[in-house]
Amino acid sequence: MTTFAVVEFKGVSKIYGAGDTEVRALDGVDMRIHRGEFVAIMGSSGSGKSTAMNLIGCLDLPTLGAYEFRGVNVCELDADQRALLRRMYIGFVFQGFNLLARTSAVENVELPLVYRRVPARERRERAMESLRAVGLENRAHHTPSELSGGQQQRVAIARALVSDPSLLLADEPTGNLDSPRKREIMELLVRLNEERGITIAMVTHEPDMSVYVSRVAMFKDGKLVGDDAPEHVTFAGPLSTRPLSSRQSS
Amino acid sequence: MIRATLVMALREIRRNTLRSFLTMLGIVIGVGAVIALTTIGEGATARVTQDIAKLGNNLLIVQPDRSRRSGGFTPAAPFRQTDVEIIRQEVTGAEAVAPTANRQAMAVWGNRNRQLSATGTTNDYLTVRGYTLSAGRSFMESEENSSSPLCIIGATVRTELFGGSDPIGQSIRLDKLSCEVIGVLGAKGQSGMGQDQDDVILLPLRTVQRRMLGTNDVNAIYVSAAEGRSTAQVKSQMESLLRQRRRIPPGGEDDFSVRDMAEIAAAMSSATGVLTTLLGAIAGVSLLVGGIGIMNIMLVNVTERTREIGIRLAIGARGREVMLQFLVEAVVLSTLGGVIGILLGLFGSYMATRSLQMPFVLVPDVMGLAFVFSALVGIGFGYLPAHKAARLNPIEALRHE
Repeated sequence: MTTFAVVEFKGVSKIYGAGDTEVRALDGVDMRIHRGEFVAIMGSSGSGKSTAMNLIGCLDLPTLGAYEFRGVNVCELDADQRALLRRMYIGFVFQGFNLLARTSAVENVELPLVYRRVPARERRERAMESLRAVGLENRAHHTPSELSGGQQQRVAIARALVSDPSLLLADEPTGNLDSPRKREIMELLVRLNEERGITIAMVTHEPDMSVYVSRVAMFKDGKLVGDDAPEHVTFAGPLSTRPLSSRQSS
Repeated sequence: MIRATLVMALREIRRNTLRSFLTMLGIVIGVGAVIALTTIGEGATARVTQDIAKLGNNLLIVQPDRSRRSGGFTPAAPFRQTDVEIIRQEVTGAEAVAPTANRQAMAVWGNRNRQLSATGTTNDYLTVRGYTLSAGRSFMESEENSSSPLCIIGATVRTELFGGSDPIGQSIRLDKLSCEVIGVLGAKGQSGMGQDQDDVILLPLRTVQRRMLGTNDVNAIYVSAAEGRSTAQVKSQMESLLRQRRRIPPGGEDDFSVRDMAEIAAAMSSATGVLTTLLGAIAGVSLLVGGIGIMNIMLVNVTERTREIGIRLAIGARGREVMLQFLVEAVVLSTLGGVIGILLGLFGSYMATRSLQMPFVLVPDVMGLAFVFSALVGIGFGYLPAHKAARLNPIEALRHE
């Protein structure tokens, strides 16, 4: 395994509120994600995994500790600089797909390149290439409402891939899909990880998904309680006791 | 980036055609009203000026003044031929000076007759009033100073009395005087005051004085200022000259009046100009209301598209880029509304001026101003919603349902 860490948490804590109402969403977490890894960040609701996800994605800043992304201390960056970091190095895939409505698949995929100021023609070529990588080149001009959930998520993955990110961050990418679709998406992610060497961090509460990944980081009550190959991680008790529809970010 | 943002904005506007149109409507109506009202107003001003110009070139009218006489209604002394001569000699800016003597008379030819004003004058009158001859000739020098029974008739008189037959050489009767028609004036149309300027009959000054009035009075003197001379200057020259001749002591009130048509034209067109500005300003208020409409819709828009903003922020858009996007959308909406408003306003005012028989005057200044103003409305009222969009927290925005 390479020693180059894409993500490095050094004693990261995230605290919401103060005094009696203080909530430690993350509590002194040390964690690294290396280049080429496929890591599942797991835990039940309220375990802090979504908070971890927001921090990794540079959408939020830790209250305590340090977070280095590709060797850069994210805590020292302002919102605009973090936006540039996301623009250049991070691809996002969300549970709810989060495609722009009434916008064709290829235009959705092009979006990150618009902010990278890629010329229109090259943008279109790269977006089509990315759609080809997820097997949707023949759906390029369909709008999200004309696509199935699995297809929408593949478009979202194509969007995340189009800018050749250092890290693909997937937040419950299979959460809104049925079992065959879950498998389809997971196999696509595995293939991208293996064939193209893309580093993937995936938040999930589904133990089943751990079979696809190279490593599992298990969170409980804001602490990292397990960090190992999936076969060595024990999934004690039900990870999620709440229905998907009412899932809240911890 | 600007181009991509512009494309995005246009797409967003097209996606919600009805809403975009309704958003624009305020601006469309505002700009349309401003353009229509100012264009119609300018047309009215132009018409007033035109009408007054029709009276004559740089025309000044000198008359003995009866109404302003203090202490009663004693009529002021009329002018004499010598006054006319003095004006000709002394007033350097005067190009042509035409004395007139008037009398209402019944003109008869064959079995037709017409009540009209017979004016005794000289050929200078044609120059001063801007008349042309459409047939025949004007007075010869010897005729001008004689009391020959000759006349030049206006276009209306010609049609009313002679119909289709040739009037030249015909003899018409003016009350008791029988006179020969030697010329016909070209049609001039109505004056600004609604008088028919073609319902006239011109005779040599002496003919009217001797044969019709029995006096040597000159009722009014028509003077045209030479090209390039200000009428105001000619007016003041003439006033001081006449005061001297009529022995009015310093500080005494004039017993005559010099009316400067250019001055009257300026006063009237400035009056309509003020009205135009006022109407334009009222219409401008509706532009403001239109801007508030844009702000309202854009605020709703930002709330509605919170999730989209979250996606954009997550993907790496900076706050200022999100702001730019919404600002560009607002500006595109408002300028598009402005352009439509300008076209609509022009169309409306074209129809209005046509039906009111006024000249259609394009006012490029106001059009430019309305366009710029509509863009500014977009920036001004788009700023708040755009700012709100830019400041959204990406995590919360993504979670927004």
